[in-house]
Amino acid sequence: MKESTKWFLFIIAGALIVFLLGIHIVIMHFDDLLYNLGVGDKDVLSYESVVHRSKIFAHVVVYILLLGAALYHGLYGFRSLLSELPLGRGLENALSIIITIAGVVLFVYGAHAIIIGYIS
Amino acid sequence: MAKDTKNLVGKPITFKILRYDPDKDTKPYYKTYQITLERGMTVLDGLMHIKENQDSTLAYRKSCRMGICGSCAMYINGLPRLACQTQISELNSPVVVVAPLPNYPILRDVVPDLDPLFIKHQNIKPYIIREDKAELEKPTGEFSQTPEELERYIQFSYCIKCGACLAACPTVSTSDLFIGPQAGAQAYRYIADTRDDGFNERLQVLDDKYGVWRCHFPGACSEACPKGVDPAFAIQLLKREIVARRFGFKSAPKPAPLAPKPEKAERRPGIPEAPAPTVGQ
Ligand code: SF4
Ligand code: FES
Repeated sequence: MKESTKWFLFIIAGALIVFLLGIHIVIMHFDDLLYNLGVGDKDVLSYESVVHRSKIFAHVVVYILLLGAALYHGLYGFRSLLSELPLGRGLENALSIIITIAGVVLFVYGAHAIIIGYIS
Repeated sequence: MAKDTKNLVGKPITFKILRYDPDKDTKPYYKTYQITLERGMTVLDGLMHIKENQDSTLAYRKSCRMGICGSCAMYINGLPRLACQTQISELNSPVVVVAPLPNYPILRDVVPDLDPLFIKHQNIKPYIIREDKAELEKPTGEFSQTPEELERYIQFSYCIKCGACLAACPTVSTSDLFIGPQAGAQAYRYIADTRDDGFNERLQVLDDKYGVWRCHFPGACSEACPKGVDPAFAIQLLKREIVARRFGFKSAPKPAPLAPKPEKAERRPGIPEAPAPTVGQ
């Protein structure tokens, strides 16, 4: 993948995080307001409410997207930070591979938890 | 500043100069010299005074002595500067520490090996690239360009290849594979030139981990540039250009055509014919 594609995805992921985190903040932190408007649960941290949300398909999509965007954006930034170290091409490439594998593993693990909550 | 100048003129100034002769020395060391500051004396004047009067073995590089050739960039009191443009009085210190530019191998004393600069510069193909090679080889006219189009790249064409920006760049210090600020600025200088059509030919070098994306925008290059070139800005403009063209936000512009020849223009009396072109002869 060309470096500009990686960078462009990093920017898109950043914008996506702002949008999706906005949804998360509204649902989780403006819960009283949503409840009074008749569109939310009374106690968003209660077990029933968490289970209820995890069964909503849109919730699954939002959180899987947020997980992917946050992991990509964060790990790309981490890779950029590490690239400031005088490591040399070989070590840098090895680190990129390790970071990519870590990202994929974390994504699969997180997405698995979200999907299990949805189907169970 | 004027007050400080008055204070130091006629007083002794200590030059602490990094010395290194690869044939004799195992490692560089500092040697001190004393001179008396004269009004208007630059660091280069000080070095020349030392070479002429105290130590003829001192090596430094200079040519124009007026900030044009870019030969005399050195690390002076902790910053990369042109020795011929740095007044000793403006350093506000009775001690002038002179070392070769960082991030380059040392050839001798304060003379750096600028090969990395020129190799990176060469890699981005710093010349007009077009399909119509015949016109470039044997020009029959001039390519048209408006003053506004010239404005887009003119500041980047003021680069004198002094290498100060690479010496200041923290990213160059971590990887010599990074294309660096000077080459980045020159790549943008040509890509933004409406006569040029070489974007794709330069893309491989620029759109790389060690190309423009390696720059994390510390801006030290622009701070150090003695000609106000602002290479950090050029690299950000290159990033925008690459993304815009690769992802279809901008289509590749057509290179400027030949400007129409002036009609009914007559040569003023007494103006001689232009000499025959030498390119491609
Ligand atoms: S961009 Fe400025 S500092 Fe860098 S080589 Fe050109 S003139 Fe020197
Ligand atoms: S001697 Fe030419 S720039 Fe200083």
